[in-house]
Amino acid sequence: MVRRGRRTLFDGLDVSIPHGEITGLLGPSGCGKTTLLRAIVGVQKVKGGTVTVLGQPAGSRGLRERVAYGTQGAAVYGDLTVRQNLQYFASVLGVPRGDVDRVLDEVGLRDHAKQQVADLSGGQAGRVSLGAALLGSPELVVLDEPTVGLDPVLRSELWGMFRRIADAGTTLIVSSHVMDEARRCDRLLLMRDGRLIADTTPEALLEDTGEDDAEDAFLALIARDEREHPPTRRSQRGAAS
Amino acid sequence: MNPRRMFATAGRVFGQLRHDPRSIALMLVAPSLLVGLFAWLFADQDGVFDRFGGAILALFPFIVMFLITSITTLRERRSGTLERLMTTPLGKADFILGYALAFGLMAILQAVITVAFAVYVCGLTVDGPLWQLGAVAVLDAVLGTALGLLASAFAQTEFQAVQFMPVLVFPQIILGGLFMPRDQMPDVLYAISDWLPLSHAIDAIQAVTNGDEGWDVGAPLLIVAAFAVGCLVLAPLTLRRRTP
Repeated sequence: MVRRGRRTLFDGLDVSIPHGEITGLLGPSGCGKTTLLRAIVGVQKVKGGTVTVLGQPAGSRGLRERVAYGTQGAAVYGDLTVRQNLQYFASVLGVPRGDVDRVLDEVGLRDHAKQQVADLSGGQAGRVSLGAALLGSPELVVLDEPTVGLDPVLRSELWGMFRRIADAGTTLIVSSHVMDEARRCDRLLLMRDGRLIADTTPEALLEDTGEDDAEDAFLALIARDEREHPPTRRSQRGAAS
Repeated sequence: MNPRRMFATAGRVFGQLRHDPRSIALMLVAPSLLVGLFAWLFADQDGVFDRFGGAILALFPFIVMFLITSITTLRERRSGTLERLMTTPLGKADFILGYALAFGLMAILQAVITVAFAVYVCGLTVDGPLWQLGAVAVLDAVLGTALGLLASAFAQTEFQAVQFMPVLVFPQIILGGLFMPRDQMPDVLYAISDWLPLSHAIDAIQAVTNGDEGWDVGAPLLIVAAFAVGCLVLAPLTLRRRTP
């Protein structure tokens, strides 16, 4: 359970995330995706309950080399070049410098390595931030809306990369509010209003709702959830703030 | 604490500064310009600049470094990079000391330039050895850096950080002995001023310009250094890996 401001989130949320798969965390903005991810990487104050990551309490010292976190928006230094940013995070992580070149290729920024991040487009800056999360060989990569604001080609390329990383044995948790991306995941967690409304797979989601499009399927689930949990005045106030 | 991560952080802060030549220019030149203005103000009055010029040397590097440091580290909190760093093995002390190292080196450069300008261009007469004046100016700038690092922990916006100037810095200037010798102050204010680091910084500078030696210079210097170290020890404690 987490308190953020006046809202109580995840009251009674219980979920486990399998190794070596891509778990998609989907839901409308403001539903608590970021807060859940922050709890997993251990920067969120948690009021009650336990978050266990790779067998240790979330945020433990031993996890800091094993878990990588790509924050929402570009959490990198705008006044440094792309390469300088990655080099800094590499030396903080104790990763060999050669890894910077690998990551530059992975996120397709090799040609922009000498440019300052502030001069890049929003999508490119987001990829620098993503690159920083891919340095070294983390066992769990947590990415908060990594594809937001990217064109379809790039989005598809990035999902291809996530698949490669997962195939190599890394666990990925990727949040998104683009429902189409649900199809790229192995497993789906659908959230609404601080609650988990579905823990499913892309196939089961479509089958269950009888829709053929992830977006319609999600809307159907929301409509069903709304019937079961009518919005309270408290939750409406929370959503507005 | 891990030296590699600390030096990496200091290097990164330098890298950021390098991309911002205007800030470097302001940091290095602004205190000299202010000292010059001050000297010009008293150009027609013999001995006034000699009496107050030293204290000004303690003041400007302190203020400039305080402002720069508190804003830069705050920017790091706001941009999300600090949160990201807190998920990595980077220690809180590595972070603070990395900043202190980078800005401390800038402070040394700034102090050397400002002291040289005050003495060779504005004609400040110093009875004590010049290197001592430089040392005091450096230490004052480092104190500003350390205090700025600590203060930024309590500010949530740049606006608040700037407001810390009137709260944390101005009282120190007023009670520091620049406007009125500290021993002529009301008892209560004198007692308070004894607990403000800038008072001792100004004491140290005045001891050097008066040609005092030994403990008269050393004691206030030690106190200033202790305050700076104290701020640097406290600052990492204010960083939180977990936030609400």
